[in-house]
Amino acid sequence: MPRKLAAAILILVIAGAVLAPWIAPFAYARQFRDSPDAGPGGRFIMGTDDVGRDRFSRLLYATRVSLLLAPAAALVSVVLALAISIPGGGGFAPIRRPINGFTTICLSLPWLFLFIILRAELPLNTAPLTSALLTFGLMGVAGFAWPARVFTASVREIRESGWVLQGRAAGMRGWRIAAVHGWPHLRAIAAAQFRVLVPVYILSEASLGLLGLGVSDPLPSWGNLLQELQHPDRVRANPWVLAPLGLLIAVTICLESLQGLPAGRRRE
Amino acid sequence: MNRFLTLAAGIGVALAAGIAPAANPPKELRFALSGDPLTFDPLQAADSNSETVRYLTAGVLVRVNRATDSVEPELAESWKLTDGGRTLTFHLRDGLKFSDGSPLTAADVGNTIARALDPKQASPTGDTIRTAEGTPEIRLLSIRDIAIRYKTPMPGLDRLFDQVGIAPAPLAKGTAKLPVSAGPFFIAGYKPGVSVTLQRNPNYWKRGLPGIDSVRLDIQQNRDLEIARFLRGEFQLINRLDPGNFDRLTREKPGTARNLGASLDSEFLWFNQSPAKTLPEWKRQWFRSAAFRHAVSLAIHRDDLVRIAWKGHAHLSAGPISTANKFWFNTALKPLPADPQQSLKLLAADGFVLREGMLRDRGGHPVEFSLITNAGNRARENMGRLIQEDLKKLGIHLNFVPLEFGSLIERISKSLDYEACLLGFANVDPDPLAEKNYWLSSGPQHFWWPLEKTPATKWEARIDELELKQASEGSRESRKKASDEIQRIIVSEEPVIYLVNPDYLCAISTSVHGAMPSVAPPQLLWNIEWLRLQ
Repeated sequence: MPRKLAAAILILVIAGAVLAPWIAPFAYARQFRDSPDAGPGGRFIMGTDDVGRDRFSRLLYATRVSLLLAPAAALVSVVLALAISIPGGGGFAPIRRPINGFTTICLSLPWLFLFIILRAELPLNTAPLTSALLTFGLMGVAGFAWPARVFTASVREIRESGWVLQGRAAGMRGWRIAAVHGWPHLRAIAAAQFRVLVPVYILSEASLGLLGLGVSDPLPSWGNLLQELQHPDRVRANPWVLAPLGLLIAVTICLESLQGLPAGRRRE
Repeated sequence: MNRFLTLAAGIGVALAAGIAPAANPPKELRFALSGDPLTFDPLQAADSNSETVRYLTAGVLVRVNRATDSVEPELAESWKLTDGGRTLTFHLRDGLKFSDGSPLTAADVGNTIARALDPKQASPTGDTIRTAEGTPEIRLLSIRDIAIRYKTPMPGLDRLFDQVGIAPAPLAKGTAKLPVSAGPFFIAGYKPGVSVTLQRNPNYWKRGLPGIDSVRLDIQQNRDLEIARFLRGEFQLINRLDPGNFDRLTREKPGTARNLGASLDSEFLWFNQSPAKTLPEWKRQWFRSAAFRHAVSLAIHRDDLVRIAWKGHAHLSAGPISTANKFWFNTALKPLPADPQQSLKLLAADGFVLREGMLRDRGGHPVEFSLITNAGNRARENMGRLIQEDLKKLGIHLNFVPLEFGSLIERISKSLDYEACLLGFANVDPDPLAEKNYWLSSGPQHFWWPLEKTPATKWEARIDELELKQASEGSRESRKKASDEIQRIIVSEEPVIYLVNPDYLCAISTSVHGAMPSVAPPQLLWNIEWLRLQ
C-alpha cells in the first residue's frame, strides 16, 4: 500500500474521532425507539442498532475511545516490557534469573480467571469512562509479558553481537554502546510489538465485556460494537455491522505500512 | 477367499439394509441439547439437559397432560388419595417391563421412592416429594400395589409423581453400563460433548409406541449454529427459540416457527434489601421504600421492552404469575402502565428532589445505582439499556453491568454484594407452590433478602403465612385464594418489579407430525411418544 494512502486513511480516521462531537448527527446514547434495527439510508446513514441508536454516531465515538485507549494501553505494555527486559537480558545472573522467572510466571497465569476475580473486587458503580480507563489500564499492565520475552531475547542478542563486541574493543563506554548500537535496534522491535498489541487490545476489550469489565453502556467502543458479530443474522440484515471490523483492519494495515517509513527514507 | 466372503456378506447386509428401509426407513428424530447432561440418574437430574433425557427415557407412575393440565395414568393404571390427602395408593399395570426385559414391580417403585427420599442421596426429585414433617412411610401391598403415607396432607401430591422416574436398583458408581428405563426410549449411547442417542424401548407399555425409532440429541451450545442446522434439515425441532431467530425462521423456512403466546416465564428486576455491609445505609433506605420501588417501576416503559427488546414476542407482566398460567393467575391484576409524572410525584413525596438533571435523596446523595444481569442474553441486555434510558429521565443514574453467570449467582445468593438485579425465570411448574423458596422470607432463594431470620415487614409476614397455608391445605380452591392474595401483595409492595412474560417460541420441521407444543416444560417434547416422522 502506498504510504501516502495509508497516511491519508489514518488521518481521516483520526479526524473523524477527534471531530466526533461536531460530525456525529446524534448523541451516541440517544435511543430512537420508533426505529430500532433500522436499515441504512434515510435519517440514519448506517441504520440503527437493537435499541434504536444511530450506528454512525456510535461508530465515531467508538473510534475516539478505542483509538485513544488501545494505543495508550499498548504503550504501557511496551514501556513496562522494556524496563524489565534491559536488566533481564543483561549479563548479571542474580538479577536476570528472577526477572525472567517472573515473566514466565506472568505468561502462564490464567488471566481470564484473574480478571473474573478482579471484577469481583471492583465496585459495580463505575462510570462508563472510568471502567473504560480501568479496563485498558489493566490490559496494559497485564500484557507486558509477551513483549518482555521478545525484548529480553533481543537485548541478549544485541549484547552478544559482533558490532557491540567491536565497539567494546574500540573502548566505547557502556551507555554509548547502548545509545548508538542498542537502542536503534531495540526501538524497531518495540515499535513492531506496539503495532501488534493495538489491535489485540481492541479485540480483548470485546471479550472482557462478557465479564462485566470493558467499556460499559451506553459508551460505545470498537470492542462492544464488535460483540454484535456474534450474531451472523445481523450482518445479513445490515452490512454496516461490519464497519468497526473494517476500520480495525484498515487501521492495522495502515500502521503496518507506515512503519517502514524511517528505514525507507534512510535508503533513499 | 476369506476376504471375498466378508465382502459378499457385506454386500448381502447392505442389500438387505437397502431393501428394508425403502419400505420402512428407520425414523430418527434429531435436535439439540444446549450442553452435556450432568447425569443419567433420573433422580439426580437438576439441569435442563438431564431433565430432557429423563423425560424422554424414564417411566413415571402418572403424567401431567401438558395440554389439559390433568393428571393421567402412565405406569400406574389407577391411584387414589385417601386418609384426607395423606395416603396415596398406586395400582400398577399388568406385565410392566424395563427396556432390558426385566419385570417392573411395586418393589422397584418402592426402592425408587425410598432412594429419592434418602437424605444421603440429596435427590432434587426427592425434594419435591419430601415434607418437613419426617419421611413418608412406604408400604408394598402386593406385586402391583404400593401405598405412600404422609404425616400431614400434601396438596397436589399425585401431580408430583410426574417427575419421579422409576428406575431399577442403581448401578454402582463407575460402571460403564448405561441405565435401563421404562419410558418411551432408553439411552443407547453417549459421546461426551457430541451426542446422546436414544433407542425406542421395545418393552414400552403403550403398544406400538413411540412412533419414532430413535432420537439423537446433539450437544450444540451455539444457538445460531442450532438454527443453521435446523435450516439445513439436520435438526427437526428447536425447543426454545429466541425472538431474533424466530423472525429469521419465519422468513427463511415458513411454516416451521411457532408462537404459543405468553409463556410461564417472567422477566423482572429487584433491589437488594438485605443488611449486606457492602450496601451504603442511604441506598438501603431507598430500596426498602415502597414509594421508591413504585417510582422506578412506573418509569419503565414495558411496552417498549416488549416491542424493542423482545421484538414484539413478549407480553406485559401483571404480576409474579404469568397470564398464561390460566388457573393460578389473579385476573384482578392488570399490567402496569408507564407514568413518569406519577413517578416524580411519588419520589417528591418520599423526600427526593430533582436538581440539575440529578435526583437527590433527603440527605443530598445523588440517586445512582448499578443493575447487574447475566451477560450474553441479547433480549435481557437490551431491556437493561432501555431501562437505563427510562430512569435517566427521572434523574436516576443507572450503571448497567452484565456479568458472567457464575459471578452473578455468587453475588445475588452468597456475597449479596449488588444493588439491583435484572433476571428471568424459566418456570417449570404452573403450580405456584414450586416457587415457595423464593417467597418465604426464610427461603434460601428469597430474592431481596435470602434467609431472613424474621420477616422484616408486616406484608412479608403475611406472605409467609399465606405460603404456609398454601403448602398445607388440600383444596385447590382455598390454595388459589391464598395465591391470589400473595400476588396482590407482591404487586402492591413491588419487592420484585415484574416486567414482561416472553412468548414461548419453538420450531417444528414440516416432517414431524403429532406435535402439540405446550407452554409447560418440556414444551415440545411432552408427548414425544406420539410424534411421527415422515
